[in-house]
Amino acid sequence: MIEVGLNHYLAVSSILFALGIYGVITRKNAVMVLMGVELILNAANINFVAFSRYSNFGINGQVYALFVIILAAAEAAIALAIVLNIYKTYANVNVDEINKLKE
Amino acid sequence: MNIYDIIFYLFAIVTLVSAAFVVSTKNIVHAAFFLIFTFFGVAGLYILLGADFIGVVQILVYVGGILILLLFGVMLTNKITNVEIRSGTTQIVPALIGVGLFAGILVLTMVSTEWKSAPGEIPFTTAYSLGKVLLTDFVLIFELLGILLLIALIGAASIARREKE
Amino acid sequence: MSEQLLINISLIVLLLPLFSFFITVVFGKRFPKLYLFETGIISLAFLLSLVIGFFKLTTYVDSKLAFDFTWFDFGVVPVIGEFKVELGVMIDNITVIMLFVVNLISMLVHYFSIEYMHGDKRYTRYFAYLGLFTFSMLGIVLSNNLLGIYIFWELVGLSSYLLIGFWFEKNSASDAGKKAFLTNRVGDIGMFLGILILFTTYGTFNFDKIFSGIASGVMPFESTAWLTAAGILVFLGAVGKSAQFPLHVWLPDAMEGPTPVSALIHAATMVAAGVYLVVRIFALLTADAMLVIAVIGAFTSLLAATIALTQNDIKKVLAYSTVSQLGYMVMALGVGAYAFAFFHLVTHAFFKACLFLGSGSVIHAMHHEQDIREMGGLKKKMPITYATFLISTLAISGIPLTSGFLSKDGLLAGTLAFGELTGHWLIPIIGFTVAFMTAFYMFRLVILTFHGSPRNQHKFDHAHESPKLMAVPLIILSALSIFIWYTPNPIAPDAGWFLGKWIETPSTVVPEAASFDFMINEDPAADVIHSEKYEHAMHTVHYPAMGLSIGLAGMAILLAFSMYQWKKINPDKIAESVKPLYNFSLNKWYIDELYHASFISGTLMLGKILFWFDANIVDGIVNGSAWFTRVMAKISGWFDTFVVDGLVNFTAFMSGFIGLTFKRIQTGKVQTYLVFVLFSIVLLLIVFRPF
Repeated sequence: MIEVGLNHYLAVSSILFALGIYGVITRKNAVMVLMGVELILNAANINFVAFSRYSNFGINGQVYALFVIILAAAEAAIALAIVLNIYKTYANVNVDEINKLKE
Repeated sequence: MNIYDIIFYLFAIVTLVSAAFVVSTKNIVHAAFFLIFTFFGVAGLYILLGADFIGVVQILVYVGGILILLLFGVMLTNKITNVEIRSGTTQIVPALIGVGLFAGILVLTMVSTEWKSAPGEIPFTTAYSLGKVLLTDFVLIFELLGILLLIALIGAASIARREKE
Repeated sequence: MSEQLLINISLIVLLLPLFSFFITVVFGKRFPKLYLFETGIISLAFLLSLVIGFFKLTTYVDSKLAFDFTWFDFGVVPVIGEFKVELGVMIDNITVIMLFVVNLISMLVHYFSIEYMHGDKRYTRYFAYLGLFTFSMLGIVLSNNLLGIYIFWELVGLSSYLLIGFWFEKNSASDAGKKAFLTNRVGDIGMFLGILILFTTYGTFNFDKIFSGIASGVMPFESTAWLTAAGILVFLGAVGKSAQFPLHVWLPDAMEGPTPVSALIHAATMVAAGVYLVVRIFALLTADAMLVIAVIGAFTSLLAATIALTQNDIKKVLAYSTVSQLGYMVMALGVGAYAFAFFHLVTHAFFKACLFLGSGSVIHAMHHEQDIREMGGLKKKMPITYATFLISTLAISGIPLTSGFLSKDGLLAGTLAFGELTGHWLIPIIGFTVAFMTAFYMFRLVILTFHGSPRNQHKFDHAHESPKLMAVPLIILSALSIFIWYTPNPIAPDAGWFLGKWIETPSTVVPEAASFDFMINEDPAADVIHSEKYEHAMHTVHYPAMGLSIGLAGMAILLAFSMYQWKKINPDKIAESVKPLYNFSLNKWYIDELYHASFISGTLMLGKILFWFDANIVDGIVNGSAWFTRVMAKISGWFDTFVVDGLVNFTAFMSGFIGLTFKRIQTGKVQTYLVFVLFSIVLLLIVFRPF
């Protein structure tokens, strides 16, 4: 088996990304959809940090990873507030039943 | 196969297997707990990559903050009369096909690309240099993100409190 | 005053309304008096635009002031080469005149609205939206490049949407807003494609650079046909915004908005933005593109004029008349009468804004009655409104001594010259027919509203003249409908300062083989066109056109009076004798119904066929075995989501061009969209194969 390098990390992040998309598409519960989004963000972050380690960009990749984490925190807060509002309006949080967009 | 590789595969497997459980289990609470393992696995990968500070932040923010928020979300949006909180799935077949194709292409692309890699020295700690960069080159973005976070939290509070008309 | 200072002032004029929009929208709830601040800011912007206009038209009358800055610079990008995006402003004579028109009408509408909208519960927000609109419109006027125009184009669309649906509690109002927004989007896609063709060829959005690129002989995809296509595609944006056939359906519905908004946006400024766009790209239009534009304009003007003949809602008549006049301007651009098209844009902005504000005054007085069959005799109750309305009506009918006569007459002469030069006689014939109809339906409107005896005594008793704040804008606008502001000689528009001095037709940059022979410049060095042939044709048709248009307008007015004032001819009897035609016009050529039917029946029928296929063939196989059923159910579900929906979406997209279809494509489920996005990405990845 070859030594672990950049490609290994990229492969892990690709699969994590795909899993995240799968979660976002298939889960009915909005909170579960959010979890999928978090997986996607983590996958992207792995890429940032991996490139930061294996290329000569220096520490910038890690800085961006940090920014992504901050944004993820903001996103989670807002998204949950929206989910709570949806719950108040529809009495459930099933994404596939909320199709007001079509009107 | 040295010890570094073994630890990498360990964390990678923990991350991916628990992530697979997150997106496939029917029980929302289980999903949330598997998400903890995913986050820990990712944190482990960060540390393996020499990003100790990011790894710690990952645990603090994701496990300590975001996951708790998600759990609150689960509890506030379900009638917790029974322990089993189930949630259905939708359009599995197209998602499986699409995601499978997508993951295959992505992995193939990543692996077959000739990345210009130039691994530098692994610093002993990154906190010092990160802090320095954050308050010099990236200071504007840093401040803006602080404001954004503040606005997001105020906004979240105001959206969540709004009464139904 | 230096050039730089003029540009700086114009940027201030642009940003002032945006500033007041932000202030009003943020603090409007706390301080309801902020509408006065908003109005003050617009008045200031108007004064500054007067200053700019004065200095530009006196000191720098022959020069073009421009200011560019780089928005993005990507450096050298693989595949495309050097790639940067520039934005900028440009001030030429057309710009300063448009600045004056937009700011003046915006300011007057603000004053008018203070009284008209009084007591509305979203009073300050209304003014904030007006500020946003003014900002976006000024942006279109000042931009010197297609990208800037496109950005502000969408912004005016947004503010128009917000203002049409201002009373969104009414379903009809919010529907009309959506209809306007979506119909415009159809045109905007065309415009976007056109811009992309030009950008990929010349690597710039700047008008002048595109023109010099074309002049140097570089063609999109090395063919003049693509240049024609680019011109027509960009023109599609104008078709949407200026409500030309087949996207005219939104404008009459847009009358659901407050009447001052109709005056500002849907009569004077925003709908003229389409014409303004064609004015800007005029130099790159080929002969084929111009012919298409002329035909669409002529057809639109005829269609709208025939519909306006039978409408009974005061605002609907004016709306169709606006569509018809816009068709006129577009037609004039198509036949090469550039200067007269722009001239008509300006004069039309004033008299149509006056007509709309006048109708607002009437509606206000009649307590929101809009049906002209309920009016009559208002002349005595509302003398100022009547007088101003009458002057504007004379102007739109093209009666001598008015501004409308000057511009409309020149425009019709242009079509006649075009007919003589190219043999397309149908266009002038339509032009003169529409002139006749216009005079007729406008006088029908005036007579039914203001003359005769009141048909609804109760409402008549409560009617009253509008307060000063509403009357003053009317007086100013009707004063601007008199010839004296444009030329000292009431029958020769080119004797004045407006034509020939301020506004001159730019020379075309299209290769000679692809442009009309009369559009070829005999003095290739000049920026301005000089064509003996065209001038000669214009000269010979000038007097016949004038005589014909006066005669037709006179006959139409006589007919209107004898039908509605003296009751010598019974209009109902005529309507009865040509019942099918009458209904055809009353129901707006059944275009809304046609769009509705073609779209609904098309989609439903396809759905039914596919459903039958699903139910009989797919299910037949499914019944094979239990296991098989499960798999098949999944597959047919997949089939349903992708193949069936895909086909339905495809047909919906096709009929989308002739109707409001986009809402049917959408299931409303975010996750279904995501699946589409995912598969599109996979498809793109497979096609471009990065691995």
